[in-house]
Amino acid sequence: MGHLGEALTTAFVLIVSADPELLQIVLLSLEISLSAVALAALIGMPLGAALALARFPGRGALVVLLNACMGLPPIVVGLFVYLMLSRAGPLGEFGLLFTPTAMVIAQCILVAPIIAALTRQTVEDLYAEYQEQLRSLGVGAARAIPTLLWDGRFSLLTAVLAGFGRAAAEVGAVIIVGGNINHVTRVMTTTIALETSKGYLALALGLGLVLLLIVVAVNATLMVVQSAARQAEG
Amino acid sequence: MPASALRLLEEPVIERSIPAGDGPLPLRLEDVRFEAGGQRLIHHLTLTLEAGIRTVVLGPNGAGKSLLLRLCHGLIRPTAGAIRWAWEDPARVRREQAFVFQRPVLLRRSAAANVAYALAVAGVPRADRGRRVEAALQQVGLAHIADRPARVLSGGEQQRLALARAWALEPKVLFLDEPTANLDPAATRAIEAVIAAMHERGVKIVMTTHDLGQARRHADEIIFLHKGRLIEHAEAARFFMRPGTPEARAFVAGELLA
Repeated sequence: MGHLGEALTTAFVLIVSADPELLQIVLLSLEISLSAVALAALIGMPLGAALALARFPGRGALVVLLNACMGLPPIVVGLFVYLMLSRAGPLGEFGLLFTPTAMVIAQCILVAPIIAALTRQTVEDLYAEYQEQLRSLGVGAARAIPTLLWDGRFSLLTAVLAGFGRAAAEVGAVIIVGGNINHVTRVMTTTIALETSKGYLALALGLGLVLLLIVVAVNATLMVVQSAARQAEG
Repeated sequence: MPASALRLLEEPVIERSIPAGDGPLPLRLEDVRFEAGGQRLIHHLTLTLEAGIRTVVLGPNGAGKSLLLRLCHGLIRPTAGAIRWAWEDPARVRREQAFVFQRPVLLRRSAAANVAYALAVAGVPRADRGRRVEAALQQVGLAHIADRPARVLSGGEQQRLALARAWALEPKVLFLDEPTANLDPAATRAIEAVIAAMHERGVKIVMTTHDLGQARRHADEIIFLHKGRLIEHAEAARFFMRPGTPEARAFVAGELLA
């Protein structure tokens, strides 16, 4: 109980005083996770929709693989990106290791399969309803994909939220490729890990509460937007 | 009655009211069969659909009415047999057809945007779309709710919007699959008025219905199906006055067919 009470007080003080160091960490966390989710949505949504419409041998196996990739271990993805970006790696010349860009790449790899897999399911269900009408109008696959993504926009928001939840919460990938460098690549989750390992449980818990608050706030905002839009548009 | 009497009148029985030649009709189905899941759903169907006249496809549930329309429109392929339009080029034939489904599928955007979408897909230049969208919505009486999201419209309005979409495409052939099932009389009247206007414009109407009254109002010829077989293909007036088969007699009398 002591820790929790202390943590709440710490969190309250941190938030109310708008601690500049905390603010920097929070903003960097948001910037990285939101960039990763945006990038993952740009990649994952068209891919998921294409997989929903396509029929080819081995498609079932690919769907299973994609669904399995929703559970990629962050630490393994981090290691993979580390190897790719390290000086000796194939992309080493860009010098991206231990930068926020590397963290965005790692989180994007984690999130893209989640968005792609959920999009695949949503678009496939929608296509079952739309297929005859679209074919009757002479709509080809190239046009059907954006059409279905747009019509599934309310449901697809849930896929984006799932992706954001994953990105905001993970620590394994960003700590490996970012290195948790103060003022450069230190984000909320890596700070929490660091403070916990140093024994500053109150600060760690306080930061944890801030993280929860942000995730809840982002979800609530999008849900309100979603339900209002759905009500207006049917 | 000999079985041969049941396979009826494969040749057109009605004079063309509008000369053909500039459209994709006539459409000939030759010995068309369709099977799904190991079941034969359409048996040896041979018939011709001519331009100008309104064809109504009648029959009890499971007769194969919707399948026949889907086969003609190309949404499904026959298991055997041939479906031939007068025109060779399938893409050109496709552009001259529109299909109105029993349950309209409308996109999650405004009523006007739904019509504009169909025009864009059909390759109508952007500059012409606005005018055609407006005219089509006017025609079905939905001009006042052009900007309303399509999904919040009533069932009758949604079906009228589906008809507006078909109208805007200016097809030569319009397929309608039970377009007024589940609609109230007022909505049904509105839909039937649009169908009549399409017919006046020279559009070939091919419609399925459960509603004998609707068939009497809108049919020039009747295709009567039962259990996937063509039982009668006859001029509407003759079909209702003197049905040529026991099945058709029972159906017209409102009896339930086994």
